[in-house]
Amino acid sequence: MAETATRSKPASSGSKSRRGTRSGGNRVQQRQGNTALGSESQETLRDYFRQMSLIRRFEERAAQGYTQAKVGGYCHLNLGEEATVVGLMSALRRSDYLFTNYREHGYAIAKGIEPGRVMAELYGRTTGTSKGLGGSMHMFDTEVGLLGGYGIVGGQIPLATGAALAIDYRGGDEVVMCQMGDGTTNIGAFHESMNIAALWNLPVVFVVINNYLGMGTTVDMSSAESELYKRAVAYRMHGERVDGNDVVAVQEAAGRLVEHARKTGEPAMLEAVSHRMKGHSVVDPAKYRSAEDAEAAREADPVATFRSQLISAGVLDEDGAAEIERAVQADVDAAVAFADDSPHPDPATLFDYTYATPVANDSRRLPADPVF
Amino acid sequence: MAVITYRQALHDTLREEMLSDENVFLIGEEIGVFEGSYKITAGLLEEFGEKRVRDTPIAEEGFVGAAVGAAMLGLRPVVELMTINFSLLALDQIVNHAAKIYGMFGGQSSAPMVLRTPGGGGQQLGATHSQNIELYYAFVPGLKVVAPSTPADARALLKASLADNDPVLFLENLALYNTKGEVPEDAPPAEIGKAGVTRVGSDITIIGYSRMATVATQVADQLSEEGVSAEVIDLRSLRPLDRETLVESVRKTGCAVIAEDDWLTYGVGAEIAASISDGAFDYLDAPVRRVAAAEVPLPYAKPLERAALPSAESLNTAVRQTLEAVGHRR
Ligand SMILES: Cc1ncc(C[n+]2csc(CCOP(=O)(O)OP(=O)(O)O)c2C)c(N)n1
Ligand SMILES: [Mg+2]
Repeated sequence: MAETATRSKPASSGSKSRRGTRSGGNRVQQRQGNTALGSESQETLRDYFRQMSLIRRFEERAAQGYTQAKVGGYCHLNLGEEATVVGLMSALRRSDYLFTNYREHGYAIAKGIEPGRVMAELYGRTTGTSKGLGGSMHMFDTEVGLLGGYGIVGGQIPLATGAALAIDYRGGDEVVMCQMGDGTTNIGAFHESMNIAALWNLPVVFVVINNYLGMGTTVDMSSAESELYKRAVAYRMHGERVDGNDVVAVQEAAGRLVEHARKTGEPAMLEAVSHRMKGHSVVDPAKYRSAEDAEAAREADPVATFRSQLISAGVLDEDGAAEIERAVQADVDAAVAFADDSPHPDPATLFDYTYATPVANDSRRLPADPVF
Repeated sequence: MAVITYRQALHDTLREEMLSDENVFLIGEEIGVFEGSYKITAGLLEEFGEKRVRDTPIAEEGFVGAAVGAAMLGLRPVVELMTINFSLLALDQIVNHAAKIYGMFGGQSSAPMVLRTPGGGGQQLGATHSQNIELYYAFVPGLKVVAPSTPADARALLKASLADNDPVLFLENLALYNTKGEVPEDAPPAEIGKAGVTRVGSDITIIGYSRMATVATQVADQLSEEGVSAEVIDLRSLRPLDRETLVESVRKTGCAVIAEDDWLTYGVGAEIAASISDGAFDYLDAPVRRVAAAEVPLPYAKPLERAALPSAESLNTAVRQTLEAVGHRR
């Protein structure tokens, strides 16, 4: 049910109309009401709900950790994007690779990292995904194929394209998924990489999470083509848009594109229309946001929506849902306890990771140390 | 004379300059609707409108280059680069274009513009968001690089940068935005390329810029309580570099410690130390010391970040050790 860039009919009434669409009749929400639960087994659907609830609780606790000064730096949350995150990650095999931006806690968990290790990274502890060296924006785990969250807007896109080059070079059957935000499609690296991936036929799926905002800037303010999936056309790449609030639809679309890339090596672009429920980062009060828009984001709540869908479809009953919620609450409590109990890095380890091949005369000087 | 923050001084000066010259306009990410990532431009969109306060897509190379082009036609763009880390995406437009327009075309055109951007670590923002890479720009002939450390300097140097006919990289610092100081409203623009002697002393010279210039004055004040008379030089401008003021001070004190937030090897301090060696070699009673950041991609975890960054304590230690070394010789 996704719109594709190759279709002749425009996907919505006009290129600048998304704001209106969202607060008015809302095409995206209409479709959400009709969503079939697809052919997924009840067990799979319940697991989607569990994962989405887990990410929701995790992010709420991350925000709390920030106010308690357990978490520092920048902290960007996936609140409102849980259906997109879980749908996308369900389309990947463990051996597939993932590159993301800095809003990646949920992806790290859904790709298979223990929540405790993700929380420990936020807490800056040695047990974290990047040993506490990366922080919120820089999760990494080769075991599950997460090749990095990246804090520089667009930085992940050429890297993901290069990972796909390596797969193609070696003749592997893995696929790379490259996640990014709507605002990121305006940076040069996006266009350069899309062109290269299409030109060289590389197995990478570029996924744009369109939450309509890059900090305080709307898609309409920043993108001349505001129907972002159409940007693929310029590179003769397949592009399509999916309702990011619909976990089943996201899984279906992403799964199809990922498997196509696996078979043919062809790249594709998927735009998942989603919502950012809170500010850009934990400290942003988002005063620039219109009341309708903030309300629409609250109403669209993918976790609550999916919960009631599952209940009305008889996949879950109230008790079953509550039980899942208790279980994920316990998981998050355990993650926090794990993080809290983990050691801070020892300052003596400061120079341990500057070079992969140790250098004999590497500077290991602290600020007060003389050169000689 | 009002006591205001560094942030307020920047804001007020931008506003004044916009009022007095309609060719001055602001361009950058999140400077309008969002009111600036660090709120320097708060309220200016409302007052001046979208033509004068232009929010851009996330496209550093594109909008910095657009500012260069606009400057070539006589506008006076003030670009805000959210942090100096993101200036790297515009490096080509700054180094290969803005810096070359005047010289490469034999002086027929120039690119008078101000690139405002904060550097600085210490906020647990990790390796890519905490860098002090002003040196990349200070290395380039054709660019000017200024680095105010106080609200008064922020005002005087911003005025000077806007009056200048060359591209000026105007270095701010995350840790300075909330610092306060007296700002005389009628002070003239600063002279770009002139260092300031912010403490007069005779025992030792401490040289810093941006955040470390303020740390240097703190350390000098601590030491003066113990009877040490330290002279502090705030470079204010990295290119052009005021070698005369440095050398004159070291000829008087006979020793120097350089305080810099960037990395030591090939850093700004290396150029200063070389200049001291060029101009005051015969006067030195101890090796010139540099206090700089540990040479690592800056870790997120607080204990590691703290260990890696220079501070008043590390500067104080280096100054004491230098004075001891001098004592052994004099
Ligand atoms: C090159 C670069 N420029 C600017 C920034 C500052 N910045 C961080 S996130 C962001 C907005 C990105 O928006 P979007 O791509 O829509 O992702 P979202 O935050 O909505 O997930 C900006 C401008 C940056 N990190 N890197
Ligand atoms: Mg966005």
